[in-house]
Parts: sequence; structure tokens; C-alpha cells
Amino acid sequence: MAEDNTIPIKAPISGVFYRTPAPDQPPFVEEGSVVKKGQTLCLLETMKVFTKLKSPMDGVVVEILGKHEVVIEKNQILFHIKPQ
Amino acid sequence: MTFSKVLVANRGEIATRIIRSLKEAGIRAAAIYSEADKDSLPVQIVDEAYPIGPPPASKSYLNGPRIVDLAKQIKAEAIHPGYGFLAENSEFASLCEDAGIAFIGPTPENLKLAGDKRRARQMVEDARIPVIPGSHKALLSLPETREVSQRIGYPMMLKASAGGGGRGMRVVKDESALKEEFFMAAAEARAAFGDPTLYMERFIQNPRHIEVQILGDGKGKVIHLMERNCSIQRRHQKLIEEAPSPSLPNSLRESIHEAAVRIAQKINYRNAGTVEFLVDEENHFYFMEINARIQVEHPVTEMISGIDLIKAQISIAAGDGLDLKQSEVARWGYAIECRINAEDPEEGFTPSPGTIQEYRPPGGFGVRFDTHLFRGYEVPMYYDSLLGKLITWGRTREDAIRTMDRALQELTIVPLKTTVPFHLQVIRQDDFLKGTYRLDLVEQILGPEVDREEED
Repeated sequence: MAEDNTIPIKAPISGVFYRTPAPDQPPFVEEGSVVKKGQTLCLLETMKVFTKLKSPMDGVVVEILGKHEVVIEKNQILFHIKPQ
Repeated sequence: MTFSKVLVANRGEIATRIIRSLKEAGIRAAAIYSEADKDSLPVQIVDEAYPIGPPPASKSYLNGPRIVDLAKQIKAEAIHPGYGFLAENSEFASLCEDAGIAFIGPTPENLKLAGDKRRARQMVEDARIPVIPGSHKALLSLPETREVSQRIGYPMMLKASAGGGGRGMRVVKDESALKEEFFMAAAEARAAFGDPTLYMERFIQNPRHIEVQILGDGKGKVIHLMERNCSIQRRHQKLIEEAPSPSLPNSLRESIHEAAVRIAQKINYRNAGTVEFLVDEENHFYFMEINARIQVEHPVTEMISGIDLIKAQISIAAGDGLDLKQSEVARWGYAIECRINAEDPEEGFTPSPGTIQEYRPPGGFGVRFDTHLFRGYEVPMYYDSLLGKLITWGRTREDAIRTMDRALQELTIVPLKTTVPFHLQVIRQDDFLKGTYRLDLVEQILGPEVDREEED
């Protein structure tokens, strides 16, 4: 847990990290986005199966660590969210 | 006539399969690989290998122009597209042929027709072969859909005109469910294929999926290599296939073979293809679609016929025509295939990626494992979860099942979770052993599964 009380959001599975729902669509969230509990933060694609990663709480996205279209590992920290 | 060099425009187990037949035919084999596949088995066994782009398929295996340019550069005379990726892409097939490179598969015209589900249905109906009662109309609005549903009747299915694989497909039980299902199907179709157009079919309750392997010379000569039963499916993805199909009265079997041949003849089908049918509980058969490609499950047909389908494809593409006669096609024995996927059946089939630390394929009489696996292989994230196809053959169906049971237990892939336990469950099921199973077998075993897609 970071000093400024942000919560790290970890990947539940390894896969390709997508910031957008589709290639020509805007990102689900940006740094600074206000999110609600259950809101989709990103997509993870693992061998053609898509998983939506959802925010576990209401808050603000402080940092996005995942890079679009880059493979991430299970339990890798993808976001830091400041709960509200 | 033959080719001196063929480029394999695919990856994984099918690229491995194609390279093996090319080698036996004395043809120099060239492979392409994305960055994620640079250590893969096809690259290790091929004669020449060329990088084709970064891992995502859209930037590598789907880059048709780059693949054709490479083929020209390395003087490949033909391209084998495998299955998936560009295998059914008529623009890619045309690009090859315009560049003077043979496309080992059907003609661009065959591909366009087979890919247009509504046009294909119309063509089959004109040939007086039964099709699933449905609409020819492209459905884009709810009112017109409602109107057509009154003709077709319930239960019915809405399907995406531009694609398959279970996407943009929804069953509508009755009129009250129509509005919701229509909008969901259109949204799914748009998301999956870029086209929300739907068409409608009567929903056949608990069918069997029976498909026929055909080979055509592109000039009207077509033969069949018997049928396969592919009714073991989960979410419209085949998991277990077998040839021949159990529990088919011979007259029905012959009618289905004959219908498949007539359909392929009508369109001057070239090279390998499959005609799919549904068979209802009263043993009526209905045309479903044409798969204009070599299919994943082609090995079960090879095992009971003794015919190497990849070699047959190469031969036809090289201009040798179809030198196999229908009278030379005969069944010997029974074959079953299990698709071994990197999925955990105990966790809702969630993908199980990772590096293979221990690998031992099964062996013995009647065992074939078509795979690209090896010890130390890291299964990439970017492509599907198919690790390999385990195929067994037996003189009787019981023998093939017993061998499959033993081979599944012998297959060792550590530490990835695979669908092996699920396959064992299925082949030990009563309906499977009796050969009377239908499309609902998997659901009977797993129970109804909640859709993984949740609404936001």
C-alpha cells in the first residue's frame, strides 16, 4: 500500500492488457478518472478469453501501470486507486 | 506437378501438421512467426523461417499483404493458410492469386459464398436440399424481425450474418423475449464482426452436429470422405469429435454424404472443405453451413480413411486435380479426437497459461497427438488455448474409446491445467459410450453455465 493511501489493483490472471474496449474506442479510464465500485477499468485477454477487471471500490484512478497491448503477469499491479 | 517451396501462413499445431506433409511430399517448407512464436516448434522443424511482426495476430498472422510480399521475396510458389487467421479471407486468397502464388484452399468465389451465410442457405435451398427453416432477409430492425418471427415460429435463433463461432447468436424462446434478445444479438454481432446484421432460423432442439469432409477439383468433380460427429461442444466450440458418427441409420448417412457432394458440386468447390448439417430428433437433416477450409478435426477423417488431407490439398492446388476416386474412399475402424486446451475445467474453464515444465505425450497402438508442445515451451497469451489434439483409432468404436481413456491418462503436461479431466468425464458417460449423445451432453455434465460476460 502506497503512502498516499492508494489501493493497488492486481491482475487476477496473466494476459494481454487492453486500456480500451475495442481498438477504435477510447480508454475505459484515464489517470484522474472517478470510478464507481464495479466499473470496468481494463480488459485482459488470455488466449482469446476476455476478462473485465472491475474496480473493487468507489474512488479515483491515481496511476495506470499497465501498458496497452502488453502482456502482464498474474498479480502484477495494474492500477493505483485512491478510495473515496 | 508439385511445388518446390510452400509458405505456411499459420502457427502452432496446424503449422506443424502442414510442415510435416510438405516434408513428406519433398517440398521445401517456409514458416512465418510472430515475436511470440520465435521459439515455437514449427520454427524449429521448418526449412526456412521468417519473422512476420509483433505478437498480436492483427499485426502478424493477419497481415495479408505483408505475408504475400514475403512469399514473393522468398519465391514460395504457394501459401497454405491453415485454419483460422486468413484461411477463409477471400481478399487474401485473391491477393495470393494476383501475385501468381497458389492459395492452397478454395477459390475466392467459394470463400465469398461460404462466408455469406444467407447467400449459402439460399443456394442450398435452390438445390432442393433441406435447410433449417429461416429467413433470407437481412434483419436490422426490431419491427422487421418481429414480422419474420411470425413466419418462422418459435423457438428460433438470431444469428450474425457476418460470422460464426457462437458470437452474435441468441435463442429466442418466445415472443416475449424477442425485444431483449434482438438488441443483445445485434450488439454482439457488431462487436465481434463489425456488422450488426442478423438473420433468423428455427431453433432445432437438441440436434446432432454431423459434418461431411469433401474434396473438390474446382471444376465440378467432388468426392466425400465420410462424416464426422461434432456434437460435443461447449459454448459452440467443439471439444470432442469422432468419425464415423455413431447411431446414424445407413440411409440417412448416405443421404447426408450425397447432399454434401451435391452442394459442393453446385459451386464448383475447390480443395478441402466441410459441409455441416444438424440432425434433429426425428432424424431429419438440415444444412447449416459450409466451412471453406481444412478443419481442426480433420485427423479423425484421415485415421478412418488412410488419406492425408493436407497432401490432398497440396496436390489439388498444384494442379494435379482430384486423382482420388469415390470408390477408393472406404472406412476402416473408428477415430475420436479430444481437443486438449489450456483451461481449467474445475474453475469454469478459465485459461491456464504458463511454461511447460514437464511434457510427456502418450503413445502406443492407435494413438496420435497433433501438437506443437515441447518441454520448456511457453504458451503465448496472444492466441487460442489449444495445446494439441489427441486422436485415437480403433478397429471398433469401443477400442478407440478405451485407447482414448488410456492415452488421456498417460498425457502429461505440467504445471498447466488442461481439459483432460473433462474429456475423461465425457467419454465415460453413458450416452457417449452408447453413441446416442446429442448437443446437450456437455450441458448435462456441467450443468447450465452462467455467461461469462456480465453487463457493466
